[in-house]
Amino acid sequence: MTRNINFVSKFKKANIFSLIIFILSIIFIFFKGLNYGIDFKGGTLIELRTDTSINATVIRDSLKSMNLGDINVKKFGKEGDYLIKVEQKNTNNSNLIPEIKKTLADNLNADVDFRRVENVGPKVSSELLESSIIAISLALAAMLFYIWIRFEWQFSIGSIIALFHDVIITLGIFSVLSLEINLSIIAAVLTIVGYSMNDTVVIYDRIRENLLKYTKISISDISNLSINETLSRTIITSITTLLALISIYILGGEILRGFSFAMILGVIIGTYSSIFVASPILKFFKVSYKTLEKEEEKILP
Amino acid sequence: MLNFSKINIILIYLIFFLISIFSVLNFQNKDNLILDKKVNLGLDLQGGSYLLLEINSDSLVEEKIQSKVIPIKKLLRENKLNYTDFKINKKNLTFKISDLEKFELFFFSRKENLINPYIDNYRAFELDYKKLDSNYVQVSLSKFGLLTINNSALKQSIEIVRRRIDDVGTKEPTILQRGEKRILVELPGLKDPERIKTLLGKTAKLNFRMVSENSEFGVDELISETGEPLKISKRIVMSGENLIDAQPSIQNQQNEPTVSFTLDRIGSQKFGRATTDNVGKRLAIVLDGKIISAPNINEPITSGKGVISGSFTFQEATDLALLLRSGALPTPLDVVEERTVGPDLGEDSIKSGITSLIVGFILVIFFMLYKYKIFGLVANIALIANLLMLVGVLTILEATLTLPGIAGIILTVGMAVDANVLIFERIKEELKTEKSIIHAFDSGYSKAKITVLDANITTLIAAIILFAFGSGPVKGFAITLGIGILTTLFTAYFLARHLTSMIILRKKNITLRI
Repeated sequence: MTRNINFVSKFKKANIFSLIIFILSIIFIFFKGLNYGIDFKGGTLIELRTDTSINATVIRDSLKSMNLGDINVKKFGKEGDYLIKVEQKNTNNSNLIPEIKKTLADNLNADVDFRRVENVGPKVSSELLESSIIAISLALAAMLFYIWIRFEWQFSIGSIIALFHDVIITLGIFSVLSLEINLSIIAAVLTIVGYSMNDTVVIYDRIRENLLKYTKISISDISNLSINETLSRTIITSITTLLALISIYILGGEILRGFSFAMILGVIIGTYSSIFVASPILKFFKVSYKTLEKEEEKILP
Repeated sequence: MLNFSKINIILIYLIFFLISIFSVLNFQNKDNLILDKKVNLGLDLQGGSYLLLEINSDSLVEEKIQSKVIPIKKLLRENKLNYTDFKINKKNLTFKISDLEKFELFFFSRKENLINPYIDNYRAFELDYKKLDSNYVQVSLSKFGLLTINNSALKQSIEIVRRRIDDVGTKEPTILQRGEKRILVELPGLKDPERIKTLLGKTAKLNFRMVSENSEFGVDELISETGEPLKISKRIVMSGENLIDAQPSIQNQQNEPTVSFTLDRIGSQKFGRATTDNVGKRLAIVLDGKIISAPNINEPITSGKGVISGSFTFQEATDLALLLRSGALPTPLDVVEERTVGPDLGEDSIKSGITSLIVGFILVIFFMLYKYKIFGLVANIALIANLLMLVGVLTILEATLTLPGIAGIILTVGMAVDANVLIFERIKEELKTEKSIIHAFDSGYSKAKITVLDANITTLIAAIILFAFGSGPVKGFAITLGIGILTTLFTAYFLARHLTSMIILRKKNITLRI
């Protein structure tokens, strides 16, 4: 059974919708900013477990005396588990961790177990941020190049716009919800780039095939036909990937929660963009079978 | 696409078998290893510490600059170059000079240039100079001069860091150079990195210097361990370099922990001479600019053996002995990045990782069965084969599995079926126009081939970039994701295709629903 949904008629509305969300995302990223974790901002992170349940504010107050600057304490997963984040200060105190441990043990009258400690210096954090930006840019460039080689430049532009759309909106949602951006979120974004591209390529492949098969039909109808033909694959693959991701999100523990959430967002946005962003751009460039033939001539004169 | 020669079939299953058999190695009995290969657990799963240390070469640069002062002044005087306003700064020297061109000639001379040696390796001079306004020059280390200093300091530091860590006796530490100024240390299974951090944070430069009111070398005013201000001669009687051994010991009288040391021949001579000449005076033992203790010399010590006391706890004595044995670091080391995971959190992570893997796997399997019935079974068999091969390859490579790495495996499970979904959907389409089932399957496989390749290569590109840029846990994710794609392609296009062909060819005459 091939569905026959008229996607093309919805392109315009979808594009306006996408554009609004995209611009809103940029506004949020620029004005509200991203909530960088210590990986990119520097500072100290401590995941601790106590034998009794304590109010997070009590923990924060007991650390105030140490004059550490901005302290953020929150519950983390199970009862009695907390995450403390301490802002980076210029003082290079190598005894910071044992001092915090001692202060907490003294003030809380409880067994305090540091399950995880991360400490990132200001130099390293700015390097990590820089290399993350390079990695994402490089991934986008590599995709652009790959599609340009495998298809034509119109396809290449279309897919890269779709990728930008996905990355910016994912980050925009993270900004709106004030979710932390750390190294694993960057890993998720890069994977989203790969996944969304994967989805786009499947539809583009079919568009190319149909362009050569039905030379008389307009690009709009070709897009519609191709999207419909590949629709059940698009849906099934999204479902299996989401099943796996939801399993990580619910059962994979606190550390993977941000990562899997970003991936879930990315898969949904990426699937949407392959249909509603990547395809209309081909129409915009007035791609036809002639576009493909010209390319052939170039390669085989 | 559905015809397989016997050789092909044998080859496919042989490759599958040979690779996936390696996954079994992870479950071997530790005492009875058939082949010592297994997937390593990352620090986030087994617990442990990751430290990134950076050498701070400022003091070395300062020393180097100071060592140039006298030779440069001498050179200027010998060549009748007038200079004024000679200033010694931390990172450079500035002075005003009459004849700049002549100075340059000497400064960049390749022949027996004692002040500014030519470094052959880099084809550059050690020093560089900059013209400031009105005949002022600023002499500083050149880029390569600095590199040379950093390099040698880093090499020495790595050696000493290794000695100190080995001495503490952690299991399988990793100590690697990272860039020009950094050392990466991974300490698996370490519960509390504080002791190691303390040990690595001390340069442990040990000096023996006389306590004296005035000395021709000048004096430093230091506070003794008891709080008494002491004037210490700048002359170094003997330094830690002359130590060949140091061990914690217990002084019998007070049961006090101390450190006993043994000196080499030169050290014994120096120490013997100094203690003979200065009986009755006090000798300060200075570590990193702080007095440990300043005992009286009661009698000459010529045996080359001595004891350092300083109201230590036994742990402190043990650590000091260790530091002295391993030698001094050329520069202080700063911990610029630290990530420590406790062993119980690691265990929890493994548990939750495995649970989500199993649940995700079961969900996908049921969905595929529901969607594609018998061919769903084929896809599922391919999926299991895929996982076995993935773990097999990870084992062969002895790759490191991290928590994000487990996430990568789960993601592979979700995405791996995509190849088969693409193929099955294509076959469905072909079945609409093609009467022969065999033909439909055949063209379904060949038409989907390009798409499957294209689609997977994009994800592979993302994985490669992640691997190149990511660190630690993220690298683990990139590895499983990347290898997962390769095993997916193999299982979909060879294993699953063969299984499909067996079903089709056997059920030739039955109408098939996919």
